[in-house]
Amino acid sequence: MKRRGVCWLLVAAVLLASAGCRRHTEQSLFPRSGEAVGWVRTGDLRTFAADDLWKYIDGEAERYMKAGVQSAATADYKFRDRFDAAVDIYTMQDAKGAAAILESEASIDVKPLQLGDEARLHSQSLVFRKGIYLTRIVAYEELPETQPALVQLGRAVEARLAGR
Amino acid sequence: MAREEANNRRDFLKKCLTGAAVLGAGGLEVLSGAEQTAAVPKSMVIVAHDAMLRGTGTTVDSHRISDLLDRGMQALFDRDNPPEAWKKLVRPGETVGVKVNALGGRGLSSNLQLVEAICERLQEAGIRPADIIVWDRDTDEMEHVGFHASAGGNRPQCFGTDRVGYEQELATYGSVGSRLSKILTQQCNVLINVPVLKDHDGAGVTIALKNMYGVIHNPNKYHPNGCDPYIADLNMLPEIRSRMRLTICDATTASYEGGPGYKPEFSWKNNALLLSQDPVALDYTGWQMIERKRAEKGLKTLEAEKRMPHYIATAADAQHRLGSNDPKKIAVVEV
Repeated sequence: MKRRGVCWLLVAAVLLASAGCRRHTEQSLFPRSGEAVGWVRTGDLRTFAADDLWKYIDGEAERYMKAGVQSAATADYKFRDRFDAAVDIYTMQDAKGAAAILESEASIDVKPLQLGDEARLHSQSLVFRKGIYLTRIVAYEELPETQPALVQLGRAVEARLAGR
Repeated sequence: MAREEANNRRDFLKKCLTGAAVLGAGGLEVLSGAEQTAAVPKSMVIVAHDAMLRGTGTTVDSHRISDLLDRGMQALFDRDNPPEAWKKLVRPGETVGVKVNALGGRGLSSNLQLVEAICERLQEAGIRPADIIVWDRDTDEMEHVGFHASAGGNRPQCFGTDRVGYEQELATYGSVGSRLSKILTQQCNVLINVPVLKDHDGAGVTIALKNMYGVIHNPNKYHPNGCDPYIADLNMLPEIRSRMRLTICDATTASYEGGPGYKPEFSWKNNALLLSQDPVALDYTGWQMIERKRAEKGLKTLEAEKRMPHYIATAADAQHRLGSNDPKKIAVVEV
């Protein structure tokens, strides 16, 4: 009886540790303040397991599940007190999954950009994939500096992804 | 001059209701004598638009959105001033839940200035501040998009279902069995629905009817098959149906692709509100607006993309009768 109780405690400890591990891992995907020039991180990291992704992106979660999403994380940033942005990073089962998501999205008014394995730059957003990761950065204001600032932040994210 | 203008507006609106004039997608269409006898539009959808809603900037101007709301309400309820319009909707002593949509995050959630204007007008109509509850499923989500959580005191309340929980028992109709937010079941006797005009990855569009997914504990269960018949069945629940009085759809920023999350590359500053007491007619009208934008951008129809919003027809069918999806029975009035 005692042994069973100890076993359950061990299982619980492992589960908790792995959840904490995942959070720590995902934390390391996001640039710190100043890593991208002009950008500071604001707010806490939010993470979602695949089964809970609907809480963040509602019906879109189905598309990500079909493509093999494992988890998602999001953090808010601010550029030089000028505008805010959100960085979402989706960890997929494989690179094909990240490609599938990008391919499933319309491409209108896209500016070409060399970033990661494939990138789409718009006036207020940047989406790129690198390996098993799909990153989406959305700015909440369209200013003259928005697009170049998004690219800076995207490169900082890519640098962290490259280290994985 | 003001009386003459009011009389002219009343005459115009009466003609709309009796079918003498129907504003369709392409503009004003005046019916022939035979058509006037035959067609009797019953559902009015007001589209209130202000090209200068943001002035020369990008942020919605709070005075202008207040005026826009007033114009929409006066047109819908055929009244000459806002308090009179709102008094046709609510009575002192009622508790009004203003169900917003914060799911789209910043950029595509129910506009804060619009909600503030709604709360002001409700108070002018005699609703006590503490009897107004601005709510959605989660308080943190609401705060993330700019709402300030508040509970208690003599002011409008603002919080999510996470603060009070869901009913223990399931509410059921057709394909749906869900636990309902206690904000709905125990705190409001009137519901004003404030959705956002968005396309949706599964359902095709998400407007008035789908905003009720934020009322239940298990919306993730109801996304297969384009959310059909789940959306319609959910809105049949008496707890929702008996309370629903009005939809004011925030179409100030709307999305035509990539929804329901905010993707600025597929959103547009529509600078409009849609108002109706027929949520099906409103959803139908909003769907058409999204299709027009898609066509303008060179995108296929939602049907061609295999995400036709079938739930709208289901909501209007003989089993549900939640409203009308027949364009001959919908009067779209632009103000």
